[in-house]
Amino acid sequence: MTGWGRYRSLAPVLVLLLLCLAISAINSNFLSVPNFVRLLSAAAIPMVLVMGATFVILMGSIDLSVEGVVALTAVAVSMLVANDVTSLDLGFLSLPVALVVGGLIGFANGFIHVRLRIPSFMATLGIGFACVGIATAVLGGYTVRISDRGFRDLTLGRVLGVPFSVWTAGLAVFVAWIIQERTRIGRWIYAIGTDEVTARQVGVPVERTRIWVFTIAGLFYGLGGAMSAAQLGQGHALISQGRLFTTITAVVVGGTALSGGVGSVLNSVIGVLIVVVLTNGMVLMGIPPFVQLGVQGVLIISAVALALDRTRLQVVK
Amino acid sequence: MTTVLEVRNGSKSFPGVKALDDVSIEIARNEVVGLIGENGAGKSTLLKIITGIYQLDEGELIVNSRTLALKSPRDAFDHGVAMVFQEQSVLPTLTIAENIFLGREQEFLRFGLIDRKRMNAAARDELAKVHLDLDPATRTADLTFGQRQMVEIAKALSLDSRIEGEVIILLDEPTSVLEQREIDLLFAIIADLKQRASILFISHRLDEVLRVSDRVYVMRDGRVVHEVASADAKIHDLHQHMVGRQLDHRYYREQRQVAADERVLLKVEGLTRTGAFNDIAFKLHAGEILGIAGVVGSGREALARCLAGLEPAESGDIEVGGASVRIAAPHQAVAAGIGFVPSERKVEGIVAALDVSENMSLAAKDRFLRHGLIDFAAERETATTWVRRLGVKTPSIRTPGGSLSGGNQQKVVLAKWRIAGSDVMILDHPTRGIDVGAKEEVYELIRDMAAEGLGILLLADTLEEVIGLSSRILVMKDGRISRTFEAPVGAKPEQIDLIEAMV
Repeated sequence: MTGWGRYRSLAPVLVLLLLCLAISAINSNFLSVPNFVRLLSAAAIPMVLVMGATFVILMGSIDLSVEGVVALTAVAVSMLVANDVTSLDLGFLSLPVALVVGGLIGFANGFIHVRLRIPSFMATLGIGFACVGIATAVLGGYTVRISDRGFRDLTLGRVLGVPFSVWTAGLAVFVAWIIQERTRIGRWIYAIGTDEVTARQVGVPVERTRIWVFTIAGLFYGLGGAMSAAQLGQGHALISQGRLFTTITAVVVGGTALSGGVGSVLNSVIGVLIVVVLTNGMVLMGIPPFVQLGVQGVLIISAVALALDRTRLQVVK
Repeated sequence: MTTVLEVRNGSKSFPGVKALDDVSIEIARNEVVGLIGENGAGKSTLLKIITGIYQLDEGELIVNSRTLALKSPRDAFDHGVAMVFQEQSVLPTLTIAENIFLGREQEFLRFGLIDRKRMNAAARDELAKVHLDLDPATRTADLTFGQRQMVEIAKALSLDSRIEGEVIILLDEPTSVLEQREIDLLFAIIADLKQRASILFISHRLDEVLRVSDRVYVMRDGRVVHEVASADAKIHDLHQHMVGRQLDHRYYREQRQVAADERVLLKVEGLTRTGAFNDIAFKLHAGEILGIAGVVGSGREALARCLAGLEPAESGDIEVGGASVRIAAPHQAVAAGIGFVPSERKVEGIVAALDVSENMSLAAKDRFLRHGLIDFAAERETATTWVRRLGVKTPSIRTPGGSLSGGNQQKVVLAKWRIAGSDVMILDHPTRGIDVGAKEEVYELIRDMAAEGLGILLLADTLEEVIGLSSRILVMKDGRISRTFEAPVGAKPEQIDLIEAMV
């Protein structure tokens, strides 16, 4: 890496800092402890989801099933804890169930993608829609209300003045970082994303790794689903609306290349913060929600434009 | 002497081609063996057998005294056969240590996590073997090309403490991308490596092969045709064995070579693209076959791609048929009447999913339009004519281009440009990867085109081919035209003359 290349990796941090400066210049409320807590709290669930998505994208694939998995696990969790639809009251036991459900859907993504040789965007899109469909069918449009206070504290309870969801997200980042830095899967994700043929030649079990990575992503989404249910105190099929767009935006804005091999979960942490700060700033400035969406759209395209060395791309598909 | 690797009576066929025909070679412990041959002689097939990418149809592969059926490069690696790839297999996003032990992290796992410290320390030991003093935690993207090659060799050598038996290292054209200083270093390292491993050195540069190896095998047409101790070998003899026949005039249809017209079809002046070619000037006449010879990196491929509009030049003038043209994109080249037959036929020449007639009409967009719609009848008629004229062997003009054989695909590509009305043809390795019979047909077609007054710019697969076909030859070296040879029938230049101008 030379010149601009070396600094390109620092660009997202710079963007985040500039963004914070700009917003605080316009609105002094931005730089306050309560707003920071609010920011972190808003970032918690996206952070967990993004950890899973980053691995998939680092591998050069894409996972569009986020919303479906989150919706289905949120609905499942809401019906397992004390609620107004079922008579179950599993409390925290619902958490491992959410992880298992998420992991299984992720496994299905990976399996369909690898074994049936279906492009990952199509496999995960299909699975995602199917999950939303199942969630809708189970509830018939009804919203489950959670009455388990203890479970809701999983996100709302505070430790040292910071919501528990933020701590959970922090733990998720740590686990993801360990996976990336210290496990074989982590190493192989980069190898596959950089050059699958070479990876295969040196004996990296490409297919198995791919399935694993989609499964790991599913686990993170499952956790995100449980957190969504706990945060809102309800479960319904549309609970995850907008999550997919934020997730992919955050990964890309953080500097992880959609072509694979380049990036890191730490990049994605910055990416999530950029997206959340931007949204928060726009709310503080009173910008209408639909304009906010537009701004996010522009953001993701400019991020890709900046990150890619497009002069070297011969064919753009 | 103990034999560490042996191929015994090995044969391998692909549809329509016998790539290896009863080949036997052996490599002794601590021996450096050279393997030479022209493109298509079977060197790479043999390599792929030894590295487990292909399996023998007949015969045996014996590694460290065991007959094996290697299933994959990894399998070969685990048995002690390590390939240093020509296109490097070092992944730029990983560190040196991560690359050396990629896929083999098992030994560094503690509670399922990789012990980085231990892995880096082990990598440092491996780097010491090739005298590379680098931090194993360095990302390989930050290394020079030569350093990356050394990392690959270090990776291969990491086997010697990890397997029973000897390590066999395969070096496939390792010098083709190195600078002289790096080549010297590599040769010093090979001399050193001999103490630890056996080496198979593949190259088409005879002087280099003789310099490093103890013994040389020459391959031609899928067979080992000659074996000699390097000390007794003469470059001239080896060359004869590689080429196999005295130049045969009939093979290249030399009797059909026509004198070039006075009419200039393509005139290039001062053409420059930094880092690729410099101040190129030449004229291409009607009926002329102008060969361009040069080693990899001489700039001839880049020049061909530039004239086809794929990689625009920075400065210089191009005139086609007396009119100055700007060629910065393929469509401008097509409009100017320049047809390009690329070496990557599957990628750039044939659209596999389109049928023969669609492939043929592809470049002549407007000719088959009527009221803005494609006139299928006209398209069909033209395609049928050309299929007959060029003798394309295809079940029908509706057959997908991808399912034709290499030689027939090449004919379809040629037809495409003829239909588009190109009178300048750039042929980039037109006979690469097609079998002997099909080659002769392509030669015939090239002569046809010249006879009809087209100008042909030829980047040939071998020196023999460029000499046999061309009526004039430009030799490129380091991005410049170093010499021009007239090549009339009966007074063709010798290969050795060309080589002198090339290197």
